[in-house]
Amino acid sequence: MSPSTVWLVVVGASVGTYLLKLVGLSVPPQVLQRPLVRRAVELIPAALLAALVAVNVATTEGGLVMDFRLAALAAAAIALALRAPFIVVLVVAGGVGALGYAVAG
Amino acid sequence: MRRPTSERARVVRDGVGLGAAVGLYGVAFGATATAAGLSVWQASVLSLLMFTGASQFALVGVLAAGGGPFAAVGSALLLGTRNTIYGVRLSELLSYRGWWRIAAAHWVIDETTAVTVRENGTQLARLAFVSSGSTLFLFWNLTTVAGAVGAQSFGPVLQAALDSVVPAAFLALLWPRLVRGADLLREQRIVAVAGAGIALALTPVLAPGLQIIVAGLAVLLAIRATPAKGASADPHGSAEGPA
Repeated sequence: MSPSTVWLVVVGASVGTYLLKLVGLSVPPQVLQRPLVRRAVELIPAALLAALVAVNVATTEGGLVMDFRLAALAAAAIALALRAPFIVVLVVAGGVGALGYAVAG
Repeated sequence: MRRPTSERARVVRDGVGLGAAVGLYGVAFGATATAAGLSVWQASVLSLLMFTGASQFALVGVLAAGGGPFAAVGSALLLGTRNTIYGVRLSELLSYRGWWRIAAAHWVIDETTAVTVRENGTQLARLAFVSSGSTLFLFWNLTTVAGAVGAQSFGPVLQAALDSVVPAAFLALLWPRLVRGADLLREQRIVAVAGAGIALALTPVLAPGLQIIVAGLAVLLAIRATPAKGASADPHGSAEGPA
């Protein structure tokens, strides 16, 4: 992707995400109270975030792989289950990932 | 009438503390963005103008995987719909009008929503929103630059750490939706497992980034096809959590 296309993506997506924020502050609350809309907006992030976890932890260049990232994710899950703060979760994941990479390559 | 100083101080302290804690996340974003091929400028402008972590990570993640512009923009926008719901929750509480509303919209994200909805009354809510929003905005942008510049000297071990931090950050965002007390808990869990499964299954066949969008859209179709049962009328269940 050329640098100018990346710039278009950066600015275009930024304008779009800003408008999504502004719409929320501006529309009458009733619009988003419709059950179908509410369920969709409530549930879609779970699908997207889970998809992003899976793709970032277990794929490389279009192929499925298992490596140090899986150990790091397991460690992060344990930290989350123990109610560790966000920053601790990230440090734990980074530390285990680096260790796993150094040990297993 | 002004609230007692101690109460105002508590609200500001919470907001500032939250802003400082997100610093590491900003470093990770800056580093991930440059590792994905963005320039330091592009990473910084993204943090300035988009200012919503999950969408930013999704966008650079798609670019890193070689995805096209529409997949990159699409995944950022789909994740950005969260902030629309937050705005609806906050609008009455903050009651900003005119230009103030246009300015405030930029700071409507997971963290500011989480600290603002805890407060009673417009005065404290605004204080919580502005103190957390301004601190987060400052830290997020400074640490993005630091991470983007610093990543250029990353060796393979630090790169491995970074590769491990990104999925962990997404998991941390997902987590509050999957634990007891979340709104639509059962559906959230089903949807998360399905989303991950669909994305992995489609990874070998679809262009990078599209599998994430398809996972989101598949859920949308499933919701349309199933009747709403047990849907809570309370829209505030599952929004705690960072970025």
